Amino acid sequence: MTFKKLLLATALFTGVTVPALAADMTVGFSQIGSESGWRAAETSVSKTEAEKRGITLKIADAQQKQENQIKAIRSFIAQGVDAIFLAPVVATGWDAVLGEAKDAEIPVILLDRDIETKDPSLYLTAVTSDSVHEGEVAGKWLVDTVAGKACDVVELQGTVGASVATNRKEGFEKGIAGADNVKIIRSQTGEFTRTKGKEVMESFIKAENGGKGICALYAHNDDMALGAIQAIKEAGLKPGTDILVVSIDSVPDIFKAIAEGEANATVELTPNMAGPAFDALIAYKGGTEPPKWLQTESKLYTKDSNPEAQYEARKSLGY
Amino acid sequence: MSIVLPRKGSAQIGAFILILLINWLVSPQFFDLRLQDGRLFGSLVDVFNRGAPVMLLAMGMVLVIATRGIDLSVGAVMAISGAVAATLADSHSIVICLGAALGVGLLCGLWNGILVAVLRIQPIVATLILMVAGRGIAQLITEGRIVTFTSRDLAWFGGGSLFGVPAPVVLAVVALVVALALVRGTALGLMIEATGANAEASRLAGIDTRLMTVAVYMWCGFCASLAGVIVAADILGADANNAGLWLELDAILAVVIGGPSLFGGRFSLVLAVLGGLIIQAMNTGILLSGYPPELNLVIKATVVLVVLLLQTPRLIAFKDRLFRGTR
Repeated sequence: MTFKKLLLATALFTGVTVPALAADMTVGFSQIGSESGWRAAETSVSKTEAEKRGITLKIADAQQKQENQIKAIRSFIAQGVDAIFLAPVVATGWDAVLGEAKDAEIPVILLDRDIETKDPSLYLTAVTSDSVHEGEVAGKWLVDTVAGKACDVVELQGTVGASVATNRKEGFEKGIAGADNVKIIRSQTGEFTRTKGKEVMESFIKAENGGKGICALYAHNDDMALGAIQAIKEAGLKPGTDILVVSIDSVPDIFKAIAEGEANATVELTPNMAGPAFDALIAYKGGTEPPKWLQTESKLYTKDSNPEAQYEARKSLGY
Repeated sequence: MSIVLPRKGSAQIGAFILILLINWLVSPQFFDLRLQDGRLFGSLVDVFNRGAPVMLLAMGMVLVIATRGIDLSVGAVMAISGAVAATLADSHSIVICLGAALGVGLLCGLWNGILVAVLRIQPIVATLILMVAGRGIAQLITEGRIVTFTSRDLAWFGGGSLFGVPAPVVLAVVALVVALALVRGTALGLMIEATGANAEASRLAGIDTRLMTVAVYMWCGFCASLAGVIVAADILGADANNAGLWLELDAILAVVIGGPSLFGGRFSLVLAVLGGLIIQAMNTGILLSGYPPELNLVIKATVVLVVLLLQTPRLIAFKDRLFRGTR
């Protein structure tokens, strides 16, 4: 198989001379689609991160379908790319196609989500955020902020059954464990949307004595928090003061709310998954095997982290 | 003379009152009312306020179903009109903004109506097209992001009030009164029912069934777009991915709870709207109850089943026989 040999030769060749040749690398990225603003931001950040390093990035949009992703990966293999990035739409069913990539000696890096496989050698590394940790950061922030005062928390969960929702709930509970003054008194799903977040918050406020019994709101994503902030305002309370607001994702609009004092903190789910992946890839081509899991930082932003500048930096990312 | 409950609708009215009472039991402050910034505030207000979009959708859907049709695209139409309204809100006057949003709804209805009445595509298939494509159109308008606006005029449609009554409720009531006047004040309702009962016979009797069909789909599109404007105004932004998602099913459910057969021929606007309120009363009750969210859908399904069972002819006949026996 001359083609395979050629690929092998290319792989070996790049293997020896890498750092200088990062500029000539071509990476194929099988992206899930553009179902959310975060996803759009991830795609646009991937492009800029590739440009920064002089890497050619080919993006294939799978429109939420695994078969499209498999097709894209096969076509990347046929094109003989130097590496494949995969944001898998589901966790299972990748063994065959990733086996083909392995045979062609093309390293695969998973972005944002993990896969389930018996053979971990099918991928080089996975760059993901730890959503349990995200919840924990939010919980710890709240414990530190209330500093021992009693605090009854209402929680807006994500979609029931979504792993992110389960993890962010678990993480928050971990974060507040040990602080007996912080208690979750009500928890309901806001389905990750502004409308539902607002509706559920309205009912929380009414059920808890017009909101007087609520000290803080924890929302599994910023959009629900933004909806809830309006509900708090319409009830005649001050979000950010009467009810503390902490949420996860760090979308641009939450920074506006933080700047106006209506939200207090947000934990970032960085859209920059490709950056660490490119670095790992370049290091790998230079001979350094990366760890199997690269955890992205879950950074906390408050009014002290210059929310206006954060908003400006994010608003054009496609969120 | 004693007060006689209308035979038609007693099941729905009973179910609504029962659900409100259950809500009151799980949450004792349920009937508390106060004014907050000149707007009525309380759980009961939430039922009507949050229920307004589905009430509007049900008003549109009930007439479509009366002609033996169905409109699956109402959720997508909400997303489109919300997207249009939010995009134009800050750059144009409220008249243009609202005109465009509602106009888009009418246009969507016209499209559905033509597919069904002129091209004779089955309604469920014809409107499925817009249900799928419509959300895509809305995403194109918003470029996939949540478009926010600051226009106070548009915000009124979600957060404003008239004499203390939240604007969405006012709009839903006005739409209902207008619809009732048009449909029951004239022969229009009869013609719609005739179209649904037997289109061919109605045509031979001189009813323009084609016009009737296109008109009800346009009315449905209009109601959906008004609901879309309300939802967008409520969160001060248009979320094309989620606005109106699955609400077509709630609208159909509301109509079904309201009694009419999906095979067309008869309808009740008021009961369809009541069906929407029953759904929302249940939702609000679940939220107030504090049960874990995993139970939401189970509770909802059980209540719907009970309400529908109350209306089945067999059960009604059984009940009548039982009462006759004891008398």
